[in-house]
Amino acid sequence: MRTAPGGRVAGLPWAVAPAIRVLLALLATTAAGADAEPRRPRAFVGGRVLPVTSAPIEAGTVVVADGKIVAVGPTGQTPVPADAEIVDTTGRVVIPGLVDTHSHVGGGRGGDSSAPVQPDVRILDSINVRDAGLRKCVAGGLTTLNIMPGSALLVGGQTVYVKLRRADTIEGLLYRDPAGRPLGGLKMANGTNPQRDAPFPGTRGKAAAMVRQKFLAAAEYRRKMAEPDETKRPARDLELESLAECLAGTRVVHHHTHRADDILTVLRLREEFGFRVVLHHVSEAWKVPGELARAGVPCSVIVVDSPGGKIEAMDMSLATGAVLEEAGVPCAFHTDDPITDSRLFLRSAALAVRAGMSREKALEALTIVGARMLDLEARVGSLEPGKDADLVVLSGDPFSARTKVLSTWIEGERVFDRDDPADRLLAVGGYGAGRDQHAEWCCAGGDYR
Amino acid sequence: MSPPLPRRPRHLAAFLAAACLTLPAARGETLAVMGRLVHTMQGAAIPDGVVIVADGKIAAVGPAAGTPVPEGARVVRADVVTPGLVDAHSVVGLAGWLNQDQDQDQLDGTEPIQPELRAIDAFNPRERLVEWVRGFGVTTLHTGHAPGALVSGQTMVVKTAGEPPTVLRPEAMIAVTLGDTGRPEGDKKAPGTRSKSVAMLRAELLKAAEYRRKRADPDAAKRPAPDLRLEALARVLAGEIPLLVTADRATDIASALRLAEETGVRMVLDSAAEAYLLLDRIRAAGVPVIVHPTMRRAGSGETENASFETASRLRAAGIPVALQSGYENYVPKTRVVLFEAAVAAANGLEADGALAAVTIDAARILGVADRVGSLEPGKDADLALFDGDPLEYTTHCTGVIVDGRLVSDGPR
Repeated sequence: MRTAPGGRVAGLPWAVAPAIRVLLALLATTAAGADAEPRRPRAFVGGRVLPVTSAPIEAGTVVVADGKIVAVGPTGQTPVPADAEIVDTTGRVVIPGLVDTHSHVGGGRGGDSSAPVQPDVRILDSINVRDAGLRKCVAGGLTTLNIMPGSALLVGGQTVYVKLRRADTIEGLLYRDPAGRPLGGLKMANGTNPQRDAPFPGTRGKAAAMVRQKFLAAAEYRRKMAEPDETKRPARDLELESLAECLAGTRVVHHHTHRADDILTVLRLREEFGFRVVLHHVSEAWKVPGELARAGVPCSVIVVDSPGGKIEAMDMSLATGAVLEEAGVPCAFHTDDPITDSRLFLRSAALAVRAGMSREKALEALTIVGARMLDLEARVGSLEPGKDADLVVLSGDPFSARTKVLSTWIEGERVFDRDDPADRLLAVGGYGAGRDQHAEWCCAGGDYR
Repeated sequence: MSPPLPRRPRHLAAFLAAACLTLPAARGETLAVMGRLVHTMQGAAIPDGVVIVADGKIAAVGPAAGTPVPEGARVVRADVVTPGLVDAHSVVGLAGWLNQDQDQDQLDGTEPIQPELRAIDAFNPRERLVEWVRGFGVTTLHTGHAPGALVSGQTMVVKTAGEPPTVLRPEAMIAVTLGDTGRPEGDKKAPGTRSKSVAMLRAELLKAAEYRRKRADPDAAKRPAPDLRLEALARVLAGEIPLLVTADRATDIASALRLAEETGVRMVLDSAAEAYLLLDRIRAAGVPVIVHPTMRRAGSGETENASFETASRLRAAGIPVALQSGYENYVPKTRVVLFEAAVAAANGLEADGALAAVTIDAARILGVADRVGSLEPGKDADLALFDGDPLEYTTHCTGVIVDGRLVSDGPR
C-alpha cells in the first residue's frame, strides 16, 4: 500500500504575489461551490484496479479525500477512513480518468481564415461549456482534454487543457500554472490542410519557411524581453509571446502532421529552434519509427476504421501503436472528436491491441502518456497517492466491445453515472441527446432537458 | 499473435491481391473449414463444426464428428466460423479511399432526380477499400449511389472478390434521400425544403406511372419513346425494385412511410436515426430498416439524436433490421460493418441479433438470401473465419472465403 505524505497540500511558490494568491483562492472556492460542505472521503472497494503506473490489483481499494487519491492497494490491506463513503466496485474495473490529447469538443474555434499564423488566438475564449459534446466525454470516461484549434492554419492558436468538472464557465474547467495562468499548448499543422491561396502557403517548402521566419522573430523577441532594463524591452506582442513560450519550453507545440516527410520536417524545425513538440495523427509514423525514437519525440495517434479519406492518410495503419511501442516511442491516442466519438475512446486502444500493441502500453496510451504530453503527469494519468482523484469505473475489460463506463469521477466527485437517466441519454444517445445545456447544474430551478 | 506486417501494410495488401488473382484453380478446390464454433445462422451454432466447400458452393454443414470430409479436401481451421458478412449499405467501390475527384463516383450533383444512374457503371472492384472491408470478413456489399441527392441513382449487390466479382443484383434499389442531407447547396436550387423534396418525388412518381401506362399500350406506335429515368421509376412502381429511402429525422421517416402508403411502392428505410420514435408505424408499414452505422457521429442537426440502441429497439419491435458501414465523406472514408455489429451487440442487439443483422437478415432485406447470408448446402461458399468472438475488437478475422476461394488469410 502506498499513502500520500500526510496532509501535504501542494503549496504555491513563495514568489507568487499575495494578490494572485487571493484571486486563486477565490477562483478555487467558486469552482468548488461557495457553500460546499467538507467532502467525505470515498473508498472504491473490491474491484480490479489498474493503476497504470503499477501492477494491476485483482481486488483493490482506492481511497480518495479532498479531491486527491490518498491510498491505492489490495482490499483488506488498505485502511479505509471510518467516515468514508463506500463505493462497491466488486466485479468492476477501476482505471484512471482518460486523457484525450486532441479534441475539438465544445464548439470552440481558434484562428480564423485571415492569416496562416495566429499564435495569439486562444481557443479558451470560444468554448461553450454547456456543449453536449463535453458531457459525452465524461460518458466515455474522459476527464482531461487538450482542446485544440483546427488544422487549417500553420499556427492555429493556443490550445487549452481542461478538466471536465461540473462548471458553468470555462474558468471552472481550466488547469492553471502556479501563477494562475491557464495551461495549454500551441496548435501547429503542416501538410495539405494549411495550404491554399496567399497569404497562406502554397507548398510544403513555403509553409516551413513561414514558420521558420516567425520563430526567428520570436527568438529575437525573447532575447530582447530578457533585457534587465525594463525600459529597453519591446512592447508586449501576443503572437511572439506565445511562440517565445514554446522556445522557452513552457508551452508545448501540438503539431498536426500525417506524411512521413512532414513528420521529419517537424523534427527538423524542432532541432533548429528547440521547442518541445508532440506529433499528432502521424498516419505514416510507422515508416519512420527509428527517426522518431532517436528524436525522442512523443506521438499522439488517431485510430480510425479505414485508411484514406484524404491523400495524406492513405497509408494509415492500425498497427501504428504497435510499431511505436516496438521502437520505444512514447505513444498516446486521441479522439480528434468529432472525427472519432469520445464515448468510444477505449475502442481506439482496443483496435491498436488488435493490431499488435500490448495491453499495458495501450492503457498507458489512454492515460499517463497523454498526461505527460500535457505536462500534467504529476496530477493525472494514473492511480497514485497524491494525484487528482480522477477515475473511471468500468463494467469489465477496458478493451472489450461489451464494456460500459458505469461512472466517472473527477477530483473525487461523480460527474457521470450510467444509472442516471439524463447521463444515460448522453452515453447511449436518443432523443434530446444532442441538445446543449443538458446539465442539471445549469440554469438552477429550470428544467431545460 | 502477430501484427499484420505493420511495417509494410501496403505490401501485404498487394500480396493478398496478387494471391487472389493468381489462383485460377482455386474455385474448384474442395475445402473443409473446421471451426470450434460454426454460426450457420440457421438454427443454433454448431460446436466443433465443419463446412464442406466444393465448386464454389457449400456442399455440407454439420458437426465434424458426423460430417464426412471428402478425400483430398484442403482443411482450413478457425476458432469461429460465420457466413461471409453482408454489408447492407455502403458506397465503397464507387467512393474510393483517396477521396479525390477521380475516385469519387457515388454522387452526381448536376440534377436532383437521377434514378437512371447505374451502380455497375461506376463500381471499381479493385478499389482498395473493397479489399479493406473484405479483410474484416465482408463478402457481400450493397453499394451504389450515395445519400445526398433527392434521387441519386441505383445500387447493386456484389461480392467483394472474384475476377470479375459475382454481381448478385445489378439493380438492387434506387437511392432516395429526404431531409437536409438530400438537398443541394445553394439558395436557388431545388429541393430547398423538406416539403419540396416530397412534392418533387411524388410528381416524378406520377410521371412514371403515366409513362408506364402509356408504355403498356397495345399499339406500339402510340407508346412514348423509352426514357431511362422514367423507366427506372416504372420498375419501382411495378414492385420490381424498392426505394432505399435515407431519412434520419422522424419527420422525414414519416414522410417516407406516407409516400409508400400512397404509391404502394416497396421501400427500405436507410439510416433512420430517429426510427425509435416511430416503431409502431414502421412495423405496420412492413418496411425493413438498414440502420445507420451504430457508431455514427452524432453531430448536429439530422443525426444529433442518433442512438447506439436503435438497431436493438427496431429488432425488439419485430422490424427487420440490418447494419451498414454507411457513407463517410472524410476520414475514415468507410467504416467496417463488423465493428458496427460489435457495438450494436453491446447495446442491446446481443450476439445473435448482431450477427443476423450482418448476415442472413441483411441478405433477406437485399433479396439475396437464396445465395448468401447463411451456411446451408447449396448456397454460395462465402465464409468468414475468426480467432475468437467476432464481436470483440481484439479478435482477428483470420480468413475470408468468397465463392469457395480463400481470398485472404489475415489476420486483420
